[in-house]
Amino acid sequence: MAAQSIMDSLFQHTLSDMIKSLRHHPIGESKLISKSLDEIRREIKSTDPSTKSTALEKLTYLSSIHAASDMSFASFPIVELLSSPKFPLKKTAYLAASHSFHSSTDVLLLITNQLRKDLASANEHEVCLALNLLSVIGTPDLLRDLTPDLVSLLSTNKLLVRKKAIALTFRVFENCPDSVRLLFRRLVENLESSDQGVVSATVGVFAELVGRDARSYLALAPEFYRVLVDCKNNWVLIKVLKIFAKLAPLEARLGRRIVEPICEHMRRSGAKSVVFECVRTVVSCLSDYESAVRLAVDKIREFMGESDPNLKYLGLQALSVLAGKHLWAVGENKEAVIKALSDADPNIKREALRLVMMMVSESNVADICRILVNYALKSDPDFCNGILRAILVTCCRNDYEVVEDFDWYVSLLGEMSRNPQCREGEEIERQLVDISLRVKEARPELVRVARELLIDPALLGNPFVHRILSAVAWVSGEYVEFSRNPIEIIEALLQPRANLLPPLIRAVYIQSAFKVLVFCVHSFFFPRETVRSFSLDNLASRVSGLLSEKEDPESLNLAIRDTSTDFEMDKDFDLRFHSRTAEEIAMENVGDDAYADGQSSSSVVLQNPLFTHDCVLNLLNLVKVALGPLSGSDEVEVQERAQNVLGLVGLIQQEISEISLVEMEGTVREKKSKASTIIQIMQDVFSEELVPVAMTVQERVLAPEGLVLSENLAELDAICGDIIPPESSSFYLGGNLFGDKNSVSTSNQRNEEESEEPSSESTSLLAQHRKQHGLYYLPSEKVDAGSSDYPPANDPQSTDNLIDGAQDLMMLTEQSLVTKKKPNHSKPRPVVVKLNEVGEMPVLPVKPMQELKDNSLSGAIRDVLLGNDTKPSSSQRKSSEKSSRRRMVTDLPLDSVGPSKSIENVAIASLDPASSSSRRSKHRSHGKGGHRSPEKNVGSEKEDGKKEKKKSHRHGRSKTRHRAETTLNVPAESPVIPDFLL
Amino acid sequence: MGIRFVLLVNKQGQTRLAQYYEHLSIDQRTALEGEIVRKCLVRTDQQCSFVEHRNYKVVYRRYASLFFLVGVDNEENELAILEFIHLLVETLDRYFGNVCELDIMIHLEKVHFIVEEMVVNGCIVETNKSNILMPIQLMEKAA
Repeated sequence: MAAQSIMDSLFQHTLSDMIKSLRHHPIGESKLISKSLDEIRREIKSTDPSTKSTALEKLTYLSSIHAASDMSFASFPIVELLSSPKFPLKKTAYLAASHSFHSSTDVLLLITNQLRKDLASANEHEVCLALNLLSVIGTPDLLRDLTPDLVSLLSTNKLLVRKKAIALTFRVFENCPDSVRLLFRRLVENLESSDQGVVSATVGVFAELVGRDARSYLALAPEFYRVLVDCKNNWVLIKVLKIFAKLAPLEARLGRRIVEPICEHMRRSGAKSVVFECVRTVVSCLSDYESAVRLAVDKIREFMGESDPNLKYLGLQALSVLAGKHLWAVGENKEAVIKALSDADPNIKREALRLVMMMVSESNVADICRILVNYALKSDPDFCNGILRAILVTCCRNDYEVVEDFDWYVSLLGEMSRNPQCREGEEIERQLVDISLRVKEARPELVRVARELLIDPALLGNPFVHRILSAVAWVSGEYVEFSRNPIEIIEALLQPRANLLPPLIRAVYIQSAFKVLVFCVHSFFFPRETVRSFSLDNLASRVSGLLSEKEDPESLNLAIRDTSTDFEMDKDFDLRFHSRTAEEIAMENVGDDAYADGQSSSSVVLQNPLFTHDCVLNLLNLVKVALGPLSGSDEVEVQERAQNVLGLVGLIQQEISEISLVEMEGTVREKKSKASTIIQIMQDVFSEELVPVAMTVQERVLAPEGLVLSENLAELDAICGDIIPPESSSFYLGGNLFGDKNSVSTSNQRNEEESEEPSSESTSLLAQHRKQHGLYYLPSEKVDAGSSDYPPANDPQSTDNLIDGAQDLMMLTEQSLVTKKKPNHSKPRPVVVKLNEVGEMPVLPVKPMQELKDNSLSGAIRDVLLGNDTKPSSSQRKSSEKSSRRRMVTDLPLDSVGPSKSIENVAIASLDPASSSSRRSKHRSHGKGGHRSPEKNVGSEKEDGKKEKKKSHRHGRSKTRHRAETTLNVPAESPVIPDFLL
Repeated sequence: MGIRFVLLVNKQGQTRLAQYYEHLSIDQRTALEGEIVRKCLVRTDQQCSFVEHRNYKVVYRRYASLFFLVGVDNEENELAILEFIHLLVETLDRYFGNVCELDIMIHLEKVHFIVEEMVVNGCIVETNKSNILMPIQLMEKAA
């Protein structure tokens, strides 16, 4: 053993040997490292301290640079070497310890005494080593045991030791709060030290402490103030500014006091870091001081004008902090900000983009977005999507607050979807559907945009657009009545390239094709009604002028012609123009529009105003051909939907071809064929409007008295038995209806469609279901509406439903509501409605409770953040909150709402403003406390505070607190500090 | 805590000095260094020297073939950290006399002590070059 160790020490590789060999063999590095590690493992067990130390040196090197090995096997040798009397060995051991030890190292228990010895050493370097190690590995136990040894070090005249001891105190305070009593006074005294290093360390510690809990350190403001005024060291200045940035919001007078010295530094200092810290302090917490903000903005402009990208970046950051309160500052620097959008640095571009989006308002949103979308086309993919995301987020904020022209926004969404780099499909999908539900006026434009996206086969190849295609397919199916050429839509939905879509989206396509098909066939059977609703309801704005002129004379014609035949007249081209029905004219208008848009090919069908017989037959054939192969698809969703559509086609195709013979004789209108009945019902089902539903609506549905679910479900079976057999004979999936609806209700709107879909199989049952739907979610909306004194939305329908309300479907309805509606439409339409002219959409239900809660919460948070400076808007907000709260409270009993949840909500809503206002009042009380004492005291208050503290060290605690409160201005409400000063 | 770590990395991405002020396991360190190096080394001179990483900022500066990377809390003053990096380089320069990568490799423990003199527990305690170097030179004499 002895011989071994001698050999080791004689032939041991030193650290520099090892480094040299590593450098000379860059290829076999890992081999060399593992060889060295083997050597080290052997050498570290040596009895010779210097061999051990060299081994440790090498190990430290390997572990810190090459991350080669865990040093845990060396823990004990380190402890051995820590107690070495030779300083170099001790130094090596301390370095190794600070690299390898951590709070769960087990040998920590062994070093307490060694550390204590070294802390008391006469050699200041040894003390420093111990302090350094403690600052890295100090555990609560270790620090508690050694706190008494630290006390004297905090006021030692060896400055080297003192500043390290000071820096260590933060770790001590954090780990064992009890030590505060012993150490705090000495720490504070060090603020007045003449040595920059000591002051720097002390201020550094306070900057960290203030970060944790600013209020407790308000009492020290005078000391910090003196550092702020007197200090010449930039680093210390920056830290003090950080401290004040935390303190100033807590005490209004403090801000007034420090704003001048800070401005002075801003003007005088040559160091950009100090200037920037001043700017940051001003923009973040002194933004009420006009002159300071002015100066800061000037400095920011200087920063942005510099070529240094660092300053540009920081300038942008400071501006975005300022933007909340002083938007003009952003406006002033508009050119620089916009220029930064094309900077070489993605970080700078991102900041600039954020600022640009902050400038967006109702008036400029269109311009800004147009420029940005064009710019996105030329940007790299990351930034391009950053831009798109920013636009999407900004525009949909607060229910499309900034968007006034939805036609524009919808076409913008379409444009964004066409951006080849667009990766924001999910959000665009969400907004398209959301807008279609919330904003009635935007639907025609939506359908137009949807058409353009649908008929473009190139888009199908881009997987990132698939989500958007899903949304536009749904939109064009749901709002097909706005479509200029439904047949074209069906063709687009069934195009062969749709195979590229993932199955779930394919299913949406098929479902939408289904809706369009029903619409077409319905218009074939009932041309007049369809077109009337078409023209009068939806195209009113476009064709109203024309119609109003022509309708009067022609309504007479109409009455006559109702009993006679249309088609004979249609044949007569001379008479045609005069005798055409108003509806037909409307149709032609649409067709003309289509022409104007350059869709000459698409409007062929419309030229023969209604769907001709051939046309419908072709359509049915097309659907059959396109969906035939899909009925064998592996995907359940696709297969099932395809089969549903095929089932319907199979059912009506035959009859329609039979009609062809009868039709010519003009009896088609009288003959109530089975097919037409089915189509009529289907159309009724599909034309029911979907509306957004609040999250909480479901809870407001009161369970009817005497509802016994199992019994009712039994009745349901009976109903199914009644209804399904006659029709299900022609369907294979008929029996699955209920299983399907109940089980496959996963989420989002596909399910909505799914619930509509089985209606082809048992239409009347589903019609009932839809009615139930209407009954149970619309009325609850309506209750809201009623409460805000606006006419209710779908009044006639819901009352109808109330009368024939079959409660046995209640359960089913509830389920479908919960699973489908809720996740989809978290917010109800009201707020968007607010954006349109009120006259257009009379229903203005109360804001959902969810939103109210958020508002009051964020209000409270803002109050806390901004202290007692209530912004002008906050009082407004408060009052509106109050009023809406009152409204809700009074409404509740009338609502006959499910009691527990809503009361809870109200409780929350009422609680938040209260708490925030109580907080606010607290702030106010500071203010008052401040006013009572003469303002000039602030200057002398430093002296007072200092004296007070010195005295208080000797006095009893209670006395200290008392005196602190009476004499000190600033710390009036923070008795903590005097406590510490004991 | 202020400063969380000080890293020196050469152009090839090899670590030349790693001083952490919070405990990380070897694996965590390797991962962190890898991520940061990848993020910072690709940046050009025209881009700013601040990179946001996880929940903190990395302020970096390049001197010849060496990158000095300092991880700081989000509230830290970036420009001050740049000045700190420059101070560190000047101090090393004064100590080694025209410092190069090799000096730092071979005298790693000295560099560690220099950094320890400047930063304790994540706080910058000394910014005067003579004050930083004095104890190290004294220790050398003692040894």
